[in-house]
Amino acid sequence: MKKDLVIIGGGPAGMAAAVAAYEAGIKDILILERDNALGGILRQCIHNGFGLHRFGEELTGPEYAYRYEKMVNELGIPYMLDTMVIEVSADKVVTAMNRENGIFSIQAGAVILAMGCRERPKGALNIAGARPAGIFTAGTAQKFVNMKGYMPGREVVILGSGDIGLIMARRMTLEGAKVKAVCELMPYSGGLARNIEQCLNDFNIPLHLSHTVVNIHGRERLEGVTIARVDENRRPIKESEEYIPCDTLLLSCGLIPENELTKGAGIALDRVTGGASVNGERETEIEGIFACGNVLHVHDLVDYVSEESAIAGKAAARYILGNSNKEISITLCTDGRVRYTVPQRLTEVADTSVYFRVADVYRDAKIVVRDGDRVIISKKKQRLAPAEMEKVELTKDVIASLSGGELSFSIEI
Amino acid sequence: MFDFAVIGAGVVGGMVARELTKYTDSVCIIEKKGDVAMGATRANSAIVHAGFDAAEGSMKAKMNVRGSEMMEEICSLLGVKYKKNGSLVVGFNDEDEHTLVELCERGKNNGVKGVRVIHRDEILTLEPNIGDGVCVALYAPTGAIVCPYELCMASVGNAMDNGASLKLNFEVKNIEIIDGGYRIITDGDAVEARYVINCAGLYSDDIAKMVGDGSFKISPRRGEYMLLDREVGGHISHTVFRCPSKMGKGVLVSPTVDGNLLVGPTAENIEDKEDTTTTAAGLAKVRALSSEQVRGIDFSKVITSFTGLRAAGDTGDFIITMPRDRFINLAGIESPGLSSAPAIAEHVISLLIDAGYEAKARDDFNGTRRPMHFFSSLSVEEKNELIKQRPEYAHVICRCETVTEGEILDAIRTNPRPTDVDGVKRRTRASMGRCQGGFCTPYIIDLLASEMGVDYTEVTKFGGDSYINFGKTK
Repeated sequence: MKKDLVIIGGGPAGMAAAVAAYEAGIKDILILERDNALGGILRQCIHNGFGLHRFGEELTGPEYAYRYEKMVNELGIPYMLDTMVIEVSADKVVTAMNRENGIFSIQAGAVILAMGCRERPKGALNIAGARPAGIFTAGTAQKFVNMKGYMPGREVVILGSGDIGLIMARRMTLEGAKVKAVCELMPYSGGLARNIEQCLNDFNIPLHLSHTVVNIHGRERLEGVTIARVDENRRPIKESEEYIPCDTLLLSCGLIPENELTKGAGIALDRVTGGASVNGERETEIEGIFACGNVLHVHDLVDYVSEESAIAGKAAARYILGNSNKEISITLCTDGRVRYTVPQRLTEVADTSVYFRVADVYRDAKIVVRDGDRVIISKKKQRLAPAEMEKVELTKDVIASLSGGELSFSIEI
Repeated sequence: MFDFAVIGAGVVGGMVARELTKYTDSVCIIEKKGDVAMGATRANSAIVHAGFDAAEGSMKAKMNVRGSEMMEEICSLLGVKYKKNGSLVVGFNDEDEHTLVELCERGKNNGVKGVRVIHRDEILTLEPNIGDGVCVALYAPTGAIVCPYELCMASVGNAMDNGASLKLNFEVKNIEIIDGGYRIITDGDAVEARYVINCAGLYSDDIAKMVGDGSFKISPRRGEYMLLDREVGGHISHTVFRCPSKMGKGVLVSPTVDGNLLVGPTAENIEDKEDTTTTAAGLAKVRALSSEQVRGIDFSKVITSFTGLRAAGDTGDFIITMPRDRFINLAGIESPGLSSAPAIAEHVISLLIDAGYEAKARDDFNGTRRPMHFFSSLSVEEKNELIKQRPEYAHVICRCETVTEGEILDAIRTNPRPTDVDGVKRRTRASMGRCQGGFCTPYIIDLLASEMGVDYTEVTKFGGDSYINFGKTK
């Protein structure tokens, strides 16, 4: 089988990339989705808050996904469901399997990686104690409650204040569970400010910053956890230990881009983002393989996933049509306070949005972009936080005016 | 009345039961838990020791060397993953070198083939990531790795294919001596057998006491481990032990047959026979020690940590005794117990024959079994042939380990049948990967519930009260 464009993943990133590629003139597209419907993780995100930027209105996850599913269907873009991609090669052969076709290969003109991300599991956290039932990642609990209609817990402690954990604190409460505490290792929340307000404060659920779970109790089903305050080096303080009886521990301790296929293709990953390193067109180091959405870096809002994926879709179309254009080579550098940028490099003179996250909470700070010693952009911010993605716009003219091979991004206080 | 009752479905019980079915199909395996391989068998170092450790002339030494010789063939018959990866016992100073030379001599005397002491240059050619302080090592090319719970499941399954019965959730409460044999009693059920083989691991002393044998005591020795992602499984290729010293035997760093990296264990004598908790201190110790043996272990790739309890006897050797007529203890089978299991099974038959059992080989015994992971070993063409007949082999349930619905259904339908999520995990590797079941657990519950004909909420993580869901949402 041959296809101009194969898109791996039919979530918000894959669908937005497909629509953009189609609109840019590529019709021979195939989306490969491992689940039994398009939509990705949005299908289980039944809360609202999606789409304010993209559609100017507040939608639930399934509603947001449906907008794109409708576009895909109206344009007649083909997709295969229940189809698992098992390998992508550097020369763009995609191998997948499903019930109808068995194991099959497609030679693609271009590939867009849009596999999303997964949650950091308990094992990776290495919490001491027993290993009873009742410990789930927040997303797994979300699947049980929202997709399967079952309650995985009655008395809940949540470790980590990532957005899914906050959303699940509210969801479990609405379903009649008692959420006793949310513990966050860092001195600031890992989730959006609006979720702290709407999911914890509105329900009187305590958020313990600089706290972690140090022990897990219970032989068969979880019976309780010991939490403790941590010092400035994130080491638990023995004297502050407190036992909380509970039957469920939900983990919301970060998301990891799902890049096994990317690595298999021989594409090295950015150590900070956990995703591929890309240029402004979201092209990886292999020409014709693009990446977008949470597989590239974890986004805070799906609206930005859509925006980024449209860039990738359009660029893939240009690549297939032979209109790619690599005229410059500029590396984007960071100062540590800016943890990373996406894109990591620029190869084309075009208007470009640069996304990044910061390492800590900074107040009354400036985002500064420099070309050598020359300040190109200086933008004041009242508050910068790791949970929120930041964006800087570089115009075509600014990029054309750059003198050096490096552009540095920093936070100045 | 059965000919044989085997108490305990760990790797020793499983291997013994399989060996017995070569002579009779009248074998009943009795297990306290809801699945086989639930004690020390499921949480240990997964090593087939070459056999230089145990004192010359001990049962440990005899069984280890013989078991290690038998292991490859048994694994191949049962379709169990086995790899002869060789082992290195590494030392850091002259004192260690002295010890290693002694160990080497002991190995030779025990009959271990190919053991020799090597130095840093040669060690580096075998293991480029060896620890910076390592200057000497005992190299044993016959050291190997195996999956212990797979070996146990395969041997119990093979015994069942040859007619053995398995009684799960059967906690032995008492044993009565009856005419011509024994009556093994649990709440509401009993099994009668002419012979009893006590393979009850940590509880084998309690079982022996039930027939009046209080001659030994079993104490749990806790060992904590960390398992790392397959991404770093190739960091080393040999099993790297530490030279035993006054500080103890130390930890090991080893690849597993599934391609992960395993580090551990600690060794701590405790009282509680059910305490499989991990501790921050224990895991920190494993980290520190292992990093001396092998450099650059990426502990950010840990996917799970766990604790195993070794059934340590109080005699210093395996306790293989016959305290009463037709009652055999196989107790205190701590390290090198896994390596020794096939030899212990073989030895049981000779003990029985010595005691008057007429061992007549069956002509209908089939000692082979389809590998549990046969699907993944097929070529693409073979897979596609199979998918045409059974499309569920193309439906991936566990994405991290690429385990299909077909493989999970096979596992649920094959002896010994799993009844919980962890049982499926140990048989198929589904949910054993980097996401640790985050994605696939809800689907595995679906498959178990529908195959067993029970409600979604009835499916547990590992039996007992380890429920996953409590009921419907509002």
